[in-house]
Amino acid sequence: MADPMRIRAVSKDGVVNVKVLMSHEMETGQRKDAAGKVVPAHFIQSVTATWQGKTVLSAQWGPSVSKNPYLEFNFKGGQKGEKLQVTWTDSKGDKRTDEATIN
Amino acid sequence: MNQTRRNVLRAGGGAGLLAVLAAAGFVAPKVAMAADWNKAAFEGKTVQDAFKALGAGAPANSGDIVMKAPDIAENGAVVPIGIESKIPGTESIALLIEKNPSPLAASFDIPAGTELSVTTRVKMAETSNVYALVKANGKYFVAKKEVKVTLGGCGG
Repeated sequence: MADPMRIRAVSKDGVVNVKVLMSHEMETGQRKDAAGKVVPAHFIQSVTATWQGKTVLSAQWGPSVSKNPYLEFNFKGGQKGEKLQVTWTDSKGDKRTDEATIN
Repeated sequence: MNQTRRNVLRAGGGAGLLAVLAAAGFVAPKVAMAADWNKAAFEGKTVQDAFKALGAGAPANSGDIVMKAPDIAENGAVVPIGIESKIPGTESIALLIEKNPSPLAASFDIPAGTELSVTTRVKMAETSNVYALVKANGKYFVAKKEVKVTLGGCGG
């Protein structure tokens, strides 16, 4: 299982600024290891952020997204103390969900 | 960056790269894919392929898309890119890097209530045009910016 995501959600003037740092190798499938063998592709394919059961952002990613991906976006309506969940699914079918409290 | 990495960069070019891509395409169906992942678009080899697979065809140029990207990226492995759309009714924002092996890097669906702006970090193989494709009210708009890369980040 992958390491937890770091999620920061800060509410200001009715808008929540969300910053997510995920921990993932994001292998492109193009790199070779020291023995010259291709390192198989392994990357996050989809990311979904939900707040109060409502999707506030969904994304599809390819292997071009950097290792340990970073994502920032803003949405309206979140209040301090409410929860925000972020889920990713990678190309091997692994999943991870983490939750953060809006500050 | 260590020396191994440089060797990898050299070895990865040309015919080797094509073989790798073919292999990836062959192996992919066995892997559990996320259900909504647009495989054709992500595996398109040119910006036009990806536009087509996204259903965009020939998008119109727009000055209402603001792209925050460096003019020169020292490290192609981590290039911060922010895209903001000022087009009302924006539904999705896609990010494409022309010279990457597969140009489409990311596609974001923006529900109502979420601001029309996303920021992420991508890998760039070499100096390339970066495209921001915005879908608004069923129409497609595009903006581009060239980002110079001094050290590639795609191992290929």
